[in-house]
Amino acid sequence: MIAELGHLLAFLALAAAIGQSALGLTTGGEAPRRLAFACGIFSVLAMLTLIISFVQLDFSVALVAENSHTLKPLIYRIAGAWGNHEGSMLLWCMVMAGYGAAASVFMRAGPLRDKALGVQGLLTTGFFAYLLFASSPFTRLIDPPFDGGGMNPLLQDPAVALHPPALYLGYVGMSFVFSLAASGLINGQIDQEWARRTRPWALFAWSSLTVGIALGAIWAYYELGWGGWWFWDPVENASFMPWLVSAALIHSLIVTEKRGGMASWTVFLSVLTFILALLGTFLVRSGVMTSVHAFATDPTRGLVLLFGLSIAGGAALALFAWRAPTLKAGPEFDPVSREGALVLNNLFLAVAAALVLVGTVTPMILQWLGESGIISREAASISIGEPYFQLTLAPMIAMLLLFMPFAQAAPWRKAELGPLMKWLMPAAAVAVVAAIVALAMGGWGIWLGFGVLVGVWVVVGVGMDVVRRVGPGGFGRVLRLPLTVWGMAIAHIGMGLFVIGATVETATRTEQTFPLRPGEVAEMAGWTFQFQNLEEVEGPNYSALRANILVTHDGRTEVIQPETRTFQVARTSTTEVAIRKTLGGDVYVALGDQVREDPSAWRIRIAYHPLIDWVFGGAGLIAVGGFLSLVARVRRRSAAPAPETEATVESPPAPASVPA
Amino acid sequence: MRKRSQRLWLIGAAAVLVTGAVALAVVGLQGAVAFFQSPSDIAAKGPSAFTQALRVGGLIEVGSQKHEEGGKLLTFTITDGKHTVPVQFEGIPPDMVVEGKGVVAEGKFNSSGVLVADRVLAKHDENYMPKEAYDALKRASDSEGESTYKEPTT
Repeated sequence: MIAELGHLLAFLALAAAIGQSALGLTTGGEAPRRLAFACGIFSVLAMLTLIISFVQLDFSVALVAENSHTLKPLIYRIAGAWGNHEGSMLLWCMVMAGYGAAASVFMRAGPLRDKALGVQGLLTTGFFAYLLFASSPFTRLIDPPFDGGGMNPLLQDPAVALHPPALYLGYVGMSFVFSLAASGLINGQIDQEWARRTRPWALFAWSSLTVGIALGAIWAYYELGWGGWWFWDPVENASFMPWLVSAALIHSLIVTEKRGGMASWTVFLSVLTFILALLGTFLVRSGVMTSVHAFATDPTRGLVLLFGLSIAGGAALALFAWRAPTLKAGPEFDPVSREGALVLNNLFLAVAAALVLVGTVTPMILQWLGESGIISREAASISIGEPYFQLTLAPMIAMLLLFMPFAQAAPWRKAELGPLMKWLMPAAAVAVVAAIVALAMGGWGIWLGFGVLVGVWVVVGVGMDVVRRVGPGGFGRVLRLPLTVWGMAIAHIGMGLFVIGATVETATRTEQTFPLRPGEVAEMAGWTFQFQNLEEVEGPNYSALRANILVTHDGRTEVIQPETRTFQVARTSTTEVAIRKTLGGDVYVALGDQVREDPSAWRIRIAYHPLIDWVFGGAGLIAVGGFLSLVARVRRRSAAPAPETEATVESPPAPASVPA
Repeated sequence: MRKRSQRLWLIGAAAVLVTGAVALAVVGLQGAVAFFQSPSDIAAKGPSAFTQALRVGGLIEVGSQKHEEGGKLLTFTITDGKHTVPVQFEGIPPDMVVEGKGVVAEGKFNSSGVLVADRVLAKHDENYMPKEAYDALKRASDSEGESTYKEPTT
């Protein structure tokens, strides 16, 4: 029964979405608001029924039979509901309807809300139709099996259980930002008020996307064989492109909100982000490319998605082309000003996204050309990996970071470059010293020096800006600093730490494979590892071989236990690495296989990942900063202060007037 | 600053940046791209003809996996049913790298014609095969005569 109920609820959600779009785009008012809310409730309930089917292991539901198993632990039964194509599409629909419902609760009545709900209803309709008619998760089996096929064991992991929901909050959140942009265009009202009301949604979606990508990276890091925390895999790039463009968007929204400028560019970015999010979904689902992520691939589904992508993207761009010329240009500003710095920020981020796009789609286009016989097969089959992205993106990110402290300290409209540079000299000095130290310690690589230089420059420069904003008057004033400043500073410092961590980790990580017999000792980077013994361990749905390895460093010892797990149902095995955290980085140990020629020895992989926590911690701070900015906005709206106080908060004294 | 000069400045900055980015992309695409080759391609020209990094796809030949240098190195051969390529890899490969299954190895040939892989890829799904591995097998079986390989159920 429960699956049929879910099916019915999904149809009710579809009906509500149709009504929401029709009424939202025409009459507006209370009716589309109620329908959007209903659509959200129906979708959540539909998802809930699917989760119940998974928890109860109802193998008469085809999806459960294919993806679950009696031996699977409860939490992964729940996560299994979205660990497959159909279930994840339902999750997508639910998040999409959920944004509409959230808007119906949080947004003030008016034409912006009406049309936004209308457009969001259209998108929701499209995705629910795709779900129900092309990939229904509620299909029954006439002859249910006694037990399920089991989930892919690699996905049995907490980080990857939460990775899709967070990612979808980001991806799909871009759909609502897009709806707001479309609504603004339809109403002919892209102004400061529009930007003020759009920015919280963009911030939420962007911060969620950051969390989703970071969770994926963490999982890829400790799941051996996924090439480390970032792989430049097409699917990773597919999530990175909307991230870059929406990062540009949340910055250009500031200019539109505070100064009324860059309106058409901001709207264009809203449209572009959504198109890139759809493109990402298309790349993941269609199997058009070789990717470590390409699961549940199906060319027909890909075609349907491509069709939908073309319609939505084409309509959005047409609307933009039609309406954008009517948008007013903002007030003038000097190149050296906060506006100027934010324009540069947008240029760097947009160009970086374009470079990622080129690196991602070129192999696909060449392959298609090769298959059509237009170019030779030898030239058609290429792969573009880390060297390309490192070469093209590092300069963009470096310049982005170079301008960051200036952007934070520069006043609106017009700034003096000379005093600003003089004021930031200490940050530059610290950065140069840090870069030299890093190079001396980690070998003389150009990326390493570059990364540490700009990273430290940003961390110190942003820190100086916070100190300047606090001003003289001691610690008490630190707490009174507005939340928007905290949000910005934390995100920017996170970015600096991330870049330091990423370059140091990439440039100086070491790894080695040691064949060890029980009792033997390996040494690496000042650590000793004694392979003591192996034991067999039974897990809930796997059996494991566990190695006990005695680690010694600076006179302290500890036993760590890497495992290889064999999952009987899926007939696959996974490698569970053991990680020993230290202040400077991770010691990372994986148990390999028996040496074929010498069965008493086991192959043990030992790696040292310096500053890896800075990578994930930096990404986490970026997300925290984004969420703080959002909270600041929501709080300010409910407090509704007089415009004068807001102006003083947003324009701190320029450093030119407060030297040192 | 007047409106027109403001626009000129914006266009100038964007033009400089875009030119730089295009230059970077061109350099990057020329130097940092690995071409895909099947074992038959390599057999046709000989490994010494390939000086750049490349990717080789196919199946891991059954019975070919060995450990060398006391277990530090993993060696195996990639086959497309017609020809084979010897591969060596330092480290522990992903869990799905199994004899008889599809694989893609990325690296350069050493002087004795062994592909020194710095990356070995497999899929995380037992039913799925890397597209490049699949293509290599299909091409070899299309080219001439019988192949030992059957199409996978993807």
